[in-house]
Amino acid sequence: MMGYSNTLTICPYCGTGCGLYLQVLDGRAVGVLPAKQHPISEGMLCIKGWNCISFVYHPDRLSQPLIRRAGQLEAASWDEALDRVVGKLNEVLQESGPDAIGFLCSAKCTSEENYLLQKLARSVIGTPHIDHCARL
Amino acid sequence: MASVDLERIRAILPTLLRITRVERQSWQKVADKLAELDGILALRADHGGAVPHLYRPGDDLSDLVLEPRYPMALTLNLLLAHYPESRLGVVVRGCDERALVEMVKRNQVNLERVFLIGVACSKEQATSCRCATPYPPQVMAGEAVEGVEDDRLETYESMSVEQRREFWTRQFAKCLKCYGCRNICPECFCRVCALEHGLWVELGQLAPPFPSFHLIRAMHMVARCVGCRQCELSCPAGIPLTALYSLLNRDAEELFGYRAGRNVNEKPPLVLPLEEKR
Repeated sequence: MMGYSNTLTICPYCGTGCGLYLQVLDGRAVGVLPAKQHPISEGMLCIKGWNCISFVYHPDRLSQPLIRRAGQLEAASWDEALDRVVGKLNEVLQESGPDAIGFLCSAKCTSEENYLLQKLARSVIGTPHIDHCARL
Repeated sequence: MASVDLERIRAILPTLLRITRVERQSWQKVADKLAELDGILALRADHGGAVPHLYRPGDDLSDLVLEPRYPMALTLNLLLAHYPESRLGVVVRGCDERALVEMVKRNQVNLERVFLIGVACSKEQATSCRCATPYPPQVMAGEAVEGVEDDRLETYESMSVEQRREFWTRQFAKCLKCYGCRNICPECFCRVCALEHGLWVELGQLAPPFPSFHLIRAMHMVARCVGCRQCELSCPAGIPLTALYSLLNRDAEELFGYRAGRNVNEKPPLVLPLEEKR
């Protein structure tokens, strides 16, 4: 049974947002085609876009949260990981106040995700410290 | 409110009607043939553009289009490599078929089991591509229109040697080294690419040091480039790569009488055994 399709998507690497097709063969992403009709990239890609599937099946790719215990990273559930983040944030907030906490947003996220992050920072935690990975 | 430009609509109407008629012709060809094959690779309208799609027997063909152009050879090759036993058809325009012809000569694709449905490009497509041969040898849908000369060649050739060096140095200095020209080229298939080898191209340098990166690729395109223009259309730096390769191929034609993609039985001059003489 042959299965070939192209899935239109956005390059995950930076905030430019170039359009590309993922070539999917028998359910597996095997290649990238530039999307010629895309208003931003007009059929062009940089080296990152051309290679953006290289991490998809990479053995080093994180597929679940890890928690460091006694210096060792151990696999954890999402609930456990999120509980840990909330617990630690609360701990710092209680001990040192909101100014002790900063947030880093990312070009790899959508605008909506970045909006939510600054909302979390300003409204929930109450800190003005928000920066972007491009300035790290 | 913007007024409707009736004059303009009248002017482009024959073109629109022609494309629709040609597309109907090609739908019929594809529908007729699809029953005998495992699938046909053709362009499908998608998000305001077109992209290669594998139509299977029984599929709805109403979204099959011929333009805008998208190259087919690489996707066909991907499918043939993955499904070697399949019987496939492919809708090809002139540049697609020429690309496949040159791939056959270098044992990159086997067309024995592939059914080609040739379509001619419209005048508008040919003009925007500056294509000298905007049709395949056997046209099954559409009508062949006359080719268009690439007027850039004359401009570049009228420059003095110093002007040319300055022009191409400036062009190559814009290179982002995205490798898009190589990635999208149907004739670039080496598993080990000289452009990724530190011996030929210093790694980690932007722009790639003049002139090795671009001239290696240019030399590899001699008697091989079929003028599909995918390299320069994919180039984020806008380097007129196809014009460079066209100039080289004009020399190859003058010296060896060879034109890439013309005939599957013509041997490329650079793969002739040494004892064979032309």
